Amino acid sequence: MYALQFDETKCLDCHDQDCLTKCWYVEIDPNGVREEMLKIARGEDSFVLRECVTCYGCEEYCPTGNHPFFLIVERQEAFGIQPVPSPLVQRAVNLGLPFRGEPEIKQTNGPVLNMAAFSELTPLIQGRLFEGLPVISTDGRKMFHYFCQLMYLHYGKSSVIKERLPGIIDTIARHKPTEVICFHDECYGTYTSYCPAVGIDVPFTPVHFFEYLYNRLMELKHLIRPVGLNVAYQRPCSSRLSPEKHRFVGEIFRLIGAREVEREFVGENALCCGGTIQGQRRQGSRKRAAAIQDKNIDDMKKAGAEVCVFNCPACLQTLGGMLAREGIRPVYMSDLCRLAIGETPAGWR
Amino acid sequence: MGTIYQELVDIVDAEHVSDRPEELYIYSFDLGTAEPHRPDYVVAPRMTQQVQEIMRLANREKVPVVPLGGGLSLAGLAVPLKGGILIDLKRMDSIIEVNEKARYAVLECGVSQAQLTSYLARQHPGLTHSEPGAPPTATIAGNVLIHGQGDLAQPYGFNSDLVNGLEVVLPTGEVCRFGSCAIGVSWFTNHPLPDMGLFFGWCGTTGIVTKLSIRLFPAKRLRGVGQFVVDDEELVPEIMEKITRTQMAEDVIAYSRAIPPFGMGLQHFTVNIAADSEKELEFKQELIWDDALGEYISRGVGGYLGFTRGLERPQISKTSDYKKGGGFEYVGSVMPIEKYPLCYRRGREISEKHDIPYTVTGRCIGAGHSMMFAWTYAFNRADPETMRQARQALHETDDLVLELGGVIWKPGTYGQQLIIERLDPGTRELMRRIKAVLDPGGIMNPGNWEGI
Repeated sequence: MYALQFDETKCLDCHDQDCLTKCWYVEIDPNGVREEMLKIARGEDSFVLRECVTCYGCEEYCPTGNHPFFLIVERQEAFGIQPVPSPLVQRAVNLGLPFRGEPEIKQTNGPVLNMAAFSELTPLIQGRLFEGLPVISTDGRKMFHYFCQLMYLHYGKSSVIKERLPGIIDTIARHKPTEVICFHDECYGTYTSYCPAVGIDVPFTPVHFFEYLYNRLMELKHLIRPVGLNVAYQRPCSSRLSPEKHRFVGEIFRLIGAREVEREFVGENALCCGGTIQGQRRQGSRKRAAAIQDKNIDDMKKAGAEVCVFNCPACLQTLGGMLAREGIRPVYMSDLCRLAIGETPAGWR
Repeated sequence: MGTIYQELVDIVDAEHVSDRPEELYIYSFDLGTAEPHRPDYVVAPRMTQQVQEIMRLANREKVPVVPLGGGLSLAGLAVPLKGGILIDLKRMDSIIEVNEKARYAVLECGVSQAQLTSYLARQHPGLTHSEPGAPPTATIAGNVLIHGQGDLAQPYGFNSDLVNGLEVVLPTGEVCRFGSCAIGVSWFTNHPLPDMGLFFGWCGTTGIVTKLSIRLFPAKRLRGVGQFVVDDEELVPEIMEKITRTQMAEDVIAYSRAIPPFGMGLQHFTVNIAADSEKELEFKQELIWDDALGEYISRGVGGYLGFTRGLERPQISKTSDYKKGGGFEYVGSVMPIEKYPLCYRRGREISEKHDIPYTVTGRCIGAGHSMMFAWTYAFNRADPETMRQARQALHETDDLVLELGGVIWKPGTYGQQLIIERLDPGTRELMRRIKAVLDPGGIMNPGNWEGI
């Protein structure tokens, strides 16, 4: 069975304890962080298991790459501490079940773009940026065969990930891809961070969507006209698993002439979209999520953002309407890139 | 005197009368599992006077008459079981009056849900009607006459409770008016005149409603849907009670279904909330999600799924797409809310017995006074065996409704007979007399409420 490789000695030797001292959501005395993390590592109960809002942030803050968030989720499950009420857990577990037949496997023997559980978003992969690129998981009825499952970290359910993920990887591998460009960066984080952490083999090379976009824009550089927009970026939780790829956000903005506004809640300090927090079991979670969202949007407004750029469809679904009502236009990164090369994304006016 | 066909042409015009087999075929079935029956003629009048003349002709010739609105009851109510003249009323589609101050609309019987919705949105954006979530071509009159319910059912009740007046052509050709319009004033109320409930729930067997006045309500500037989920069906009645107690919701629906799998074994609530300001919206949300339902969240037995701006009308018809073949029919019932857990469990058993993915829905009517509980069965239109299975499941469900102490909503002929068997003898006799007085020739939609 797959098991998380967590090295307790790294925590013993750690001088920073950034995992929890930098956390926006768990209120903890900095002097007590090491003790709490060691309790968790030893399999003891800790209040952190109940306070965690599952934002993934500590995965990035940890200076030793020791996967504190993955560990917290393992322990939440072991202690039966569900971050959200049990009907939401059951709903989420059901959600990932394929129900309309087997996927159609076409071997590509080259790079593919995996839409994963977002088949209905194929309008976001139109135009020259994606010309000639084979795409898998384009059938909404069968998309859960390609669903990376990492979402279950929000539900205290590592076991579901470990049970289903090898089959998902096998399905993707049957397409014989050399590289798999991950439309959703949660998939990228799954294959490059979670799988190595728990010992699941990945027989293909994952590519981050933004890295692909950047490289493709470089190939099409002659077509780029600066978009000239003031943009903010809503960083998704799963990008904490691949912080080294976060630099592509800034690089793409520079390449296409988008001005990234100066914000407080940016980069490592980015705020969660609130989508996960609003449904949590802790009393007041709905209002807590709303307060975080207000703070986030106020920050974008003060910084003068005209557009908020998204990577994650769930973040856009949560924040998109609120931003639009505040006069900030929500847009996916791929659509912004299409604008820069003279294409008009669907619905853009 | 010419043939019936020629007389119908003389009453309406040649373009709107047909006895051609291909057109009769179209009118021979509805979208459910009812066996098809062809009419002998189809006629589409444009005005009340033409309906009167058709009725006199039919009465004279003792030819059955079947009135048709949108034809979307699914229960076979407008299938011409004994042939005759099918009167397609969709051309009578004028919106005659909208009164903003007294909040009502006077409509011809062929006005569709979508027509009124879009008309109000354009011309009277401050008003709305209780929209049932039926397909857009369903008619307002048809829905009212089967005691339909809409997305304002929680505060205001059945759509048939929201009628201010009717114009009806009797089977013998006379025109009658009910409500305030009957004394020559505007169509603003159905009260306090003597009760004339002779047409609701009668399945078109007592006359043809040609005009009606319905109540309209304030259309709030902000509308949206919040969702809540529990895994224990026993919690549904008390949660319904708590939500309705706040009096903050416009529509409260609980549902569960096997496909897509996320809902399997769980009970989802959709709660429509409307407001004129962000302040009002947050106030209502706080009362519902935090105050009324917060205890379920902190106990871990209920989960808040978020609030989405804008209204997506509930469409049971989507169920038909989850299994090959695109067919579905449902049994609706009016049921005490406390029966929800039993309705869910027993309905699921029937579905599983017939190898049909289960879908159940309960919409709260009034302040928890009852619910419309529906069991939906999908089938493959191209596969008679799956239709037979669905029909059998529907009949078993009709039986179940009565066993559980509910009333079958818009019953087909099978359900009608079950009700007749149980009717109070005095009531049955009164119905028989009313029917005999109104329709002495027995021409109206024969096969329905037969044997009362």
